[in-house]
Amino acid sequence: MNYWPLLGILLVVAGFALRLNPMLVVTVAALATGLLAGLDPLEVVATFGKAFNDNRIIAIVWIVLPVIGMLERFGLQQRAATLIRSMQKATTGKLLLLYLGYRQITAAIGLHSTAGQAQTVRPLVAPMALAAAEKEHGELDEKTAEEVKAMSAATDNVGLFFGEDIFFAIGSIVLIQATLATYGINLAPLQLAVWAIPTAILAFLIHGARLMLLDRRLRRSGK
Amino acid sequence: MITLQWLYVLAGAMFAGFAILSAADRTNGKRFGNAAFWGLMALSLLAGDLIGDLGNGLLVLGLAALAGFGFVGRGNPATTSFAEREDYSARFGNRLFLPALIIPVTALFGTLLYNYSPLGSSGLFEAKRETYVLLGLGVLLALVTIFVWLRPPALAPLQEGRRLIDSIGWAAVLPQMLAALGVLFAAAGVGDIIGGLTRSVIPEGSVFLTAAVFGIGMALFTMVMGNAFAAFPVMAAAIGVPLLIQDYGGDPAVIGAVGMLAGFCGTLMTPMAANFNLVPAALLELKDQYGVIKAQVATALPLLLLNIVIIFVAAFR
Repeated sequence: MNYWPLLGILLVVAGFALRLNPMLVVTVAALATGLLAGLDPLEVVATFGKAFNDNRIIAIVWIVLPVIGMLERFGLQQRAATLIRSMQKATTGKLLLLYLGYRQITAAIGLHSTAGQAQTVRPLVAPMALAAAEKEHGELDEKTAEEVKAMSAATDNVGLFFGEDIFFAIGSIVLIQATLATYGINLAPLQLAVWAIPTAILAFLIHGARLMLLDRRLRRSGK
Repeated sequence: MITLQWLYVLAGAMFAGFAILSAADRTNGKRFGNAAFWGLMALSLLAGDLIGDLGNGLLVLGLAALAGFGFVGRGNPATTSFAEREDYSARFGNRLFLPALIIPVTALFGTLLYNYSPLGSSGLFEAKRETYVLLGLGVLLALVTIFVWLRPPALAPLQEGRRLIDSIGWAAVLPQMLAALGVLFAAAGVGDIIGGLTRSVIPEGSVFLTAAVFGIGMALFTMVMGNAFAAFPVMAAAIGVPLLIQDYGGDPAVIGAVGMLAGFCGTLMTPMAANFNLVPAALLELKDQYGVIKAQVATALPLLLLNIVIIFVAAFR
């Protein structure tokens, strides 16, 4: 068995660890892996190009950007902020739990680009979570403040990851479908998307329980 | 029949618009780099099937070189100010959510209607691609609604779209690159090698252990690659298809969907997924750049375990 192609994986790890540009890292790793497997250079480039072309469907998702951008132009984010602010009687945990549910549901219906780390977490969710924590706990020490901020970012990721696969027109569902199709297994996106639902519910329960525990810790250690 | 080809043309035309507007944007010092980058994306979508495999390969190398050597910057298309947006938000109220809902509602209900009514036998849309076609239709409907209701300037959709794609930058192309890397790994036999290594540690005939190795392998390989997209084709080739689906007769829908979600548990635990784990730590000015990852581990590990249980219980029911 020729184990040399595994060096490609090592290149990816090293490239990311050294903070090199991911586009270059991926390209170099792809070319190296092909060459180490004994393909000739032109064949490697052609294989890479064919695979990129075969996966063009992933780029289709970007056609929603002009619509999202137009809605931002007319104040959609500000509207969303107002809506979330009107629900603000909550504690840190309850607030983040609400955001988790909001993020999962909007991602599940394909609105994953209406929120995110830059768009909502930094300007909105983290400051609100911090303010709610101060209400419970009094002045926050640095460690607690860091924990609340990190949990705000984590909640966005968990909500996005375990909501978006319920929406069947998303890149990962397409990739699963395309990969299985190469083995002659043909599935409709909807057949795959329904199996994202059990994990979505479990993610909500597990992360939600941790948010409630965070509330309890804040209350106990406070004032 | 409306096929994916129509969508490639629609998306390609959009990227071509981004390229032309980028070239004309004098506020962006790297405007020609941006124009070339989005121009290549437009070429890929419009003519990818015509330029041959080697042509596509050179196109990808061009994209990587433009992004990797810093030729892609960020344009500053004219948009509304924060104050204007506050004003619009107060004026239009929650009705602003309606155009945003047109896209998902068209895609969701259109797909359901198409699949569960006689419409499905009309052959109007390419088989199994109806959702994407309806997504494109939803975009066009939403744009028409916005134009009729809010009367923006004619170029506004392209300029606002360019504003967003520039804020994402080359990262918008990375998932497609990672998918291609996965294919190359498969062509080089990486999946077979890893499959051979992992298969040698799985006791013959143990469905649960095989499912566990598949789930944990998805998570670990995703941590290494930073992206479940790259891990999935490899783990599917190594264990998912040959063992779980073909040998043990598992349901491919469960194994595919939940396997990918097991990979997402890995995404929560790796600095390689920089967009999700390192960028927010910087955005929130955390002292510990791994603070977000540390906050996620206690969610990711139990969820990974439960995903393995779901595969075992639901795929072999």
